[in-house]
Amino acid sequence: MSNATSLQEGQPTARRPKRWHILVFLLPALLVYSAVMILPLIETLRLSLFNMVDGQPTFVGLANFQVLFGDERWAHDFWNALKNNVIFFIIHMCVQNPIGVALAAMLSIPKLRFVTFYRTAIFLPTLLSFVIVGFIWKLILSPIWGVAPWMLDLVGLKSMFAPWLGKPGSALIAVSLISVWQYVGIPMMLIYAALLNIPDEVIEAAECDGVTGWSQFWKIKLPLILPAIGIISILTFVGNFNAFDLVYTVQGALAGPDGSTDILGTLLYRTFFGFQLQLGDRSMGATIATVMFLIILAGVSLYLFVIQRRMRRYQF
Amino acid sequence: MQARHSIFRTGFVHAALIAYTLISLFPVFLTVINSFKDRNAIFRAPLSVPTPQTFSLIGYQTVLGQGDFATYFQNSFIVTIVAIALVLLFGAMAAFALSEYRFRGNTLMGLYLAIGIMIPIRLGTVAILQGMVAANLVNTLTALILVYTAQGLPLAVFILSEFMRTVSDDLKNAGRIDGLSEYSIFFRLVLPLIRPAMATVAVFTMIPIWNDLWFPLILAPAEATKTVTLGSQIFIGQFVTNWNAVLAALSLAILPVLVLYVIFSRQLIRGITAGAVK
Repeated sequence: MSNATSLQEGQPTARRPKRWHILVFLLPALLVYSAVMILPLIETLRLSLFNMVDGQPTFVGLANFQVLFGDERWAHDFWNALKNNVIFFIIHMCVQNPIGVALAAMLSIPKLRFVTFYRTAIFLPTLLSFVIVGFIWKLILSPIWGVAPWMLDLVGLKSMFAPWLGKPGSALIAVSLISVWQYVGIPMMLIYAALLNIPDEVIEAAECDGVTGWSQFWKIKLPLILPAIGIISILTFVGNFNAFDLVYTVQGALAGPDGSTDILGTLLYRTFFGFQLQLGDRSMGATIATVMFLIILAGVSLYLFVIQRRMRRYQF
Repeated sequence: MQARHSIFRTGFVHAALIAYTLISLFPVFLTVINSFKDRNAIFRAPLSVPTPQTFSLIGYQTVLGQGDFATYFQNSFIVTIVAIALVLLFGAMAAFALSEYRFRGNTLMGLYLAIGIMIPIRLGTVAILQGMVAANLVNTLTALILVYTAQGLPLAVFILSEFMRTVSDDLKNAGRIDGLSEYSIFFRLVLPLIRPAMATVAVFTMIPIWNDLWFPLILAPAEATKTVTLGSQIFIGQFVTNWNAVLAALSLAILPVLVLYVIFSRQLIRGITAGAVK
């Protein structure tokens, strides 16, 4: 130790003393973050490779995954939840994000009045908890209260009304649209910010060339906000494959009717925690969490290494 | 011709925006007005505002009499405020270390802390519960505070270090020449300058904590530690046929969010629009 220091002192550029303050600044965040987030995540991934054999936790390799994907009892629930989750995501991508882009495009029109009011009002639902949103829509769509049929009657579509949340065919779509209603504010805000950031010179140049209105949006603005669209897509992806609260609030832990709104989050909850007659199963819970982790990781990697690489470097 | 075309277009844009604003606000509005009406009026005329004949506070009386909402609110406040304070303090310290000093592993540390921005903490729930059981923290607010601090840190470090890079080096070096320690430079020079960024981070951190259902449900479902989100979820589940009570509980749950939003909406929206695109 003393040898080392004397050696260094002999060098022309003496090393600075150990900068303990860096460690002090980093330590609290590192400790909490590692202990409560990273280590449990790793432990969960590890647990997915173990299961109880004769009351002892035993390493079983990928057997849990084989059970999840192939065993009659598990596979049906799992593939159903995965399929529903994919549909849930597709509905968000096809409804939420285009509406968000359209709203942002309208809000960013120069000299439009009341922009702050519209922005604030449309963003409001995003801040409400799923519990509030879920129950409000449950009440509105309830045939007992009759608000939804009454409103459809106004536009002459009363015959179209059905208890959407209660029918296996339409429940998933209804729940997805509730979620879209709640979250449309996020793509709207991010795209709005991206549109405002387009330099005026670009727009002026386009106008000089006679590119205005619709064609200006499609040919000039849309390519420039593609990175922001990439960001909202990956945020939607992560949020959707991690969703739980809304389905739990609106349809309960069983994600009825008949499992038609079951997504990976609710499946994880039921598996890990147990529900009614079903006992909680830690290993299978960890297995489902691992599958969710891999799906999200795949999405994020695809975004970071393929999609983002092709666009200009972008920070958010 | 050009002017008329533009007026027509502006009118169309306003119509579309007003229509969507109504879609956003209508459900909230409907819930609040009906919570002040008696049961008959709720069903007979759901869309009319309460009149002196139909005005009733019976729902609120049920909620405040039956549920333990004062405790739930208190729990939510404690958890949210302590978690935000820890996220801001620890996050700012780590962000300072990463943006101010060059040391080996700096980039790697930044990447390590950034994992949590994209990977949701929820996926580690199985082991988090196990750990909390081992540490005897189940059904305590401490468990929730720890989880939410870990959840909020990645984004906080990310946003705050972006802002800290904008603090002038001359100022810090002047402080060093005056003999300030690194700690005083951080607490007395840098922290006051990044207050606006801290406010943005606080708002971002607060919303998911206040609204979270998953962790209260799993880590702290006991009566004494229920948060307001979990409390209203269970309360509404039990009183599902008592429409007055359900609507009143929903309105009460909306209220704090609404108040905070009115106060902080500019901060929040500026944060999103400024932080989103650099």
